[in-house]
Amino acid sequence: MTTVKAATNASPLAASWRGQKIPIAGMLAVLIAAPFFVYPVVLMKALCFALFACAFNLLIGYVGLLSFGHALFLGSAGYAAAHAAKVWGWNPEFAILFGTAFSAAIGAVVGAIAIRRQGIYFAMVTLALAQMAYFFYLRASFTGGEDGIQAVPRGRMFGLLDLRDTMTMYFVVLAIFTVGFLLIYRTIHSPFGQVLKGIRENEPRAISLGYKPDHYKMVVFVISAALSGLAGGTKAIVFQLASLTDVDWRTSGEVILMTLLGGMGTIFGPAVGAAVIVTLETFPWLGAWVTVAEGLIFVVCVLTFRRGIVGELSRWLKRPL
Amino acid sequence: MTTVFGIPVQAFLGQLLIGLINGSFYALLSLGLAIIFGLLNIVNFAHGAFYTTGAFVAWFLLQYAGISYWGALIISPLVVGALGMAIERTMLKRLYGLDPLYGLLLTFGLALIIQGLFLKQFGSSGEPYEIPDMFKGGVSLGFMFLPNYRAWVIGFSLILCLTTWYTIEKTRLGSYLRAATENPTLVQAFGINVPLLITLTYGMGVALAALAGVMAAPIYRVSPLMGSDMIIVVFAVVVIGGMGSIMGSIVTGFSLGIIEGLTKVFYPEASNVVIFVIMALVLLVKSAGLFGRAQ
Repeated sequence: MTTVKAATNASPLAASWRGQKIPIAGMLAVLIAAPFFVYPVVLMKALCFALFACAFNLLIGYVGLLSFGHALFLGSAGYAAAHAAKVWGWNPEFAILFGTAFSAAIGAVVGAIAIRRQGIYFAMVTLALAQMAYFFYLRASFTGGEDGIQAVPRGRMFGLLDLRDTMTMYFVVLAIFTVGFLLIYRTIHSPFGQVLKGIRENEPRAISLGYKPDHYKMVVFVISAALSGLAGGTKAIVFQLASLTDVDWRTSGEVILMTLLGGMGTIFGPAVGAAVIVTLETFPWLGAWVTVAEGLIFVVCVLTFRRGIVGELSRWLKRPL
Repeated sequence: MTTVFGIPVQAFLGQLLIGLINGSFYALLSLGLAIIFGLLNIVNFAHGAFYTTGAFVAWFLLQYAGISYWGALIISPLVVGALGMAIERTMLKRLYGLDPLYGLLLTFGLALIIQGLFLKQFGSSGEPYEIPDMFKGGVSLGFMFLPNYRAWVIGFSLILCLTTWYTIEKTRLGSYLRAATENPTLVQAFGINVPLLITLTYGMGVALAALAGVMAAPIYRVSPLMGSDMIIVVFAVVVIGGMGSIMGSIVTGFSLGIIEGLTKVFYPEASNVVIFVIMALVLLVKSAGLFGRAQ
């Protein structure tokens, strides 16, 4: 993991919090102002994917596990939340939480199977399990097959906030993103997070020190799945749709691309990468070339730009971001 | 009418045949993946895309140059193999010594580019490719009808797999290759051109995928998505078999094809997922794979 290692800068807990308060506050200020200048629906999509990518980064950036099936958690939570909101008539907050819990449960099952293998095999196993779930959702009756679950009601958050209003919806999504982001930040900078990095750097040594890597991997896998679920559930409520696209392997590839482009193992990288890719997808003239463009970005990033945007920036500023 | 486990024998054998066909492609593709992984330490995600490219090259040859199936069977693997070698020389070469995950990501990017270009040009429905005249029709075996072309695909894949196995396990070139897999530095010190060996190996593996693509063209439609549908299943096959053994890939490929075919007979709903379920079970019982070495 030499280069991934180089991309991250481990720093003492307290110093890093002091150092990153300002960038985090800056990011939030930009996001609060953003909907008054940019189309909020695009921003909400970017925020959902940003949270998804940050959750994904928890695995690749901090334990060195490449999950190639993370769309499974995004999409499953989407189906669960959409079903709860539409068929059971739940309030959006409960629907989203249900989606989150659903993905966490799936994460526990997938994690238990996948962490038996490492490196390249871990990637292939997660990809295969996600594809298995894809075929299940394609056939299952509650998912609506190719059509997906459409016209999901946005409802009223806590019975008070009418989410049909785009601005209200935006600030709810922003709040969810912020909670998820801070949770990930806290996880990384906790003693638990330090052990994860230790496992990434040298697993046999972590074992010899008495840590059980499999337990740690399992817990962080479930956290990552749950937060991806939080993103997926929110996305289903925002777009009032849960569909097969969100469990497709291309989406799993997309979240890898976002994280790689932004910078694996950086705090802000995945969010920046998600913003860039979502923006790219909104260019109308790109049309059917999106896949080719994404492939090119992959190739260029891997060959010349392995630290990613934020990774390079952080090296240039000589401080962790 | 005779039945097997309450299923008409015709349907049973029909699905068995389809299973063997799919198994042939699984075996050819996982074989290539295993050889490439052994020497380059890269899981070639673009393998499915090269399989697609092989089929499209055959289609182009027929459409624009009037070159028949037989010509395509030779030209297409050469063209795609050369493309693969160019990619290895210009891109993959830069990743040796890095974490193997980067190889997976790079080849995934390549797969997206190739698939995206074909999709842009042809849409997702694809183009038909006619069965060569020589193989039209079939023979009646008394208990079932065996289409000639399918018999050819199964027979030829078997020959290809066994030839590859023989080359790697029994010839001098194969012994260089196995030695370089174990310890490239030492083999290089003995005066063998390891970088060249690596390039040729990648070209060979990719050419095998293209050959599988040409053979698949008359059976499935020539479509941009044919490779991506295939590659994920092949990954599961590779996880089940373990990438350590050549014969292991061949046996696993064929047997999983058969199991998938039989599932279609007995429990059609599960036929898409049966290989993934087996993968999960194998991981729970023997996590290194059936033929793999523990890492």
